[in-house]
Amino acid sequence: MIKVKFPSVFVQITGKRRIEVDGAEKVSDLLEKLFQDFPKLKDRLLKDGELTPFINIFVNGEDIRHLNGLETKLSDGDEVTFIPAISGG
Amino acid sequence: MKVVGLKCRICGKEFPAEAIYTCDNCFGPLEVVYDWEWIKEHATKEKIERGPKSLWRYKDFLPVDVEPVDLGAGYTKFVKAENLGKVLGLKNLFLIDDSVNPTYSFKDRVVSVAVTKAKEFGMKAVGCASTGNLAGSLSAHAAKANIPAYIFVPKGIEKNKIIQALVHGATVVEVDGTYDDANRVATEVAEEHPDWGFVNINLRPYYADGSKTLAYEAAERLGWTLPDQVVVPMASGALLNAIFRGFRDLERVGFVDEKDVIFNGSQPYGLPISRAVKYGKSVEPVKKMDTIVHSLAIGNPADGIFAKEIIEKTGGFAEDPKDEETIEAVKLLAKTEGIFTELAGGVTIAGLKRLVEDGRIDSSDVVVAYLTGNGLKTADPILEYLNDTVKIKPRLEEFEEVIA
Repeated sequence: MIKVKFPSVFVQITGKRRIEVDGAEKVSDLLEKLFQDFPKLKDRLLKDGELTPFINIFVNGEDIRHLNGLETKLSDGDEVTFIPAISGG
Repeated sequence: MKVVGLKCRICGKEFPAEAIYTCDNCFGPLEVVYDWEWIKEHATKEKIERGPKSLWRYKDFLPVDVEPVDLGAGYTKFVKAENLGKVLGLKNLFLIDDSVNPTYSFKDRVVSVAVTKAKEFGMKAVGCASTGNLAGSLSAHAAKANIPAYIFVPKGIEKNKIIQALVHGATVVEVDGTYDDANRVATEVAEEHPDWGFVNINLRPYYADGSKTLAYEAAERLGWTLPDQVVVPMASGALLNAIFRGFRDLERVGFVDEKDVIFNGSQPYGLPISRAVKYGKSVEPVKKMDTIVHSLAIGNPADGIFAKEIIEKTGGFAEDPKDEETIEAVKLLAKTEGIFTELAGGVTIAGLKRLVEDGRIDSSDVVVAYLTGNGLKTADPILEYLNDTVKIKPRLEEFEEVIA
């Protein structure tokens, strides 16, 4: 079971901020499952097949761009967090 | 009302002026939309010139309506740097020296605006993720506003910056990781506590506009004209964006003639924005940051793509000085102008030096370079690059021997 946390800006699409997803072996599988359940999320997260740069995805606190991107492997109990790309000042 | 609302910087969708920071249509960042007719009606150059000697002289341009939380930030020293200019070969070099702000960095500008906004929204606490300067500034302004502050910093930042945050009574949370880790945690906390104002997260659209005063001040003090070029230190890229917007604001209200100011950025070697501009790549995050300039060490710069776009469209450039050059630049500035800037200011001067040497800045250009913080905040790494003290016994003869 993968624990998924959404930012509040997703709630109008996902209805809640925390869900659990079964059977995702990597981040791309997880996204596919989320897109099936929440088709609007797909329209907004993907632009020309690329993930928007304005949302970062973390697996257990690590940015997937520093792991293996969408190919990053997931295991039972992992936590995947979506966070708006905000930093610095 | 001068603030009309918020607008997505990517898709343009409009939102009410609330404590939100992300577009629900495309997840892009939001910015404040102003009623320029209101501002034109209320703001005049004379009113500004009669105003307080702080950033609040530009209140008509800032996104707040209530009495400001004001420690006196802004309207800092504006220096014609004749000595440094001579060394570098520049006849019209000006420095804005924000080392003399209330908590000794430019962050007082953005924080004064953001904490005022937090008060306006009736928020229960304020917070931020910080590389250090923001921590001290937020802690001080929160103390003045009598609001609790929660500050997330990466481990290993300068001790003086932690002390400064603690002394004003903030809860300082040291995160075992980089700035980007501290920032992620702070963003998660902000998501859990929507009635807390995280100045660089859910108050970010308002907060960022505090830095526009660095553009207003440059123009005002150049006799309401714009410089030919600016050199700006970059971490997230937000400061460079704000200065760009600040100049456009003044053109919009007719306070200055339109001019294509060239924007140059400077960032420690290996960081994403300079790397992208310099080597023609896209702005890609970096995980490991090997620099002593902690205040600019952001591996995942949220405003990076916007900063790159401005630099490129104005015909500017981005430099990426190594740490040794930065230290030499801090020393050069200190020895020529009597200003001890923090390492980020050294990055500005080191970048400026390279830009002049590469022929990107002409000797007669009017240049404004931004010094964003005070040298005492980051003094330790400089020490080993300075001459040792002269040690003597308490006897006149020993001193005479030294100078003989």
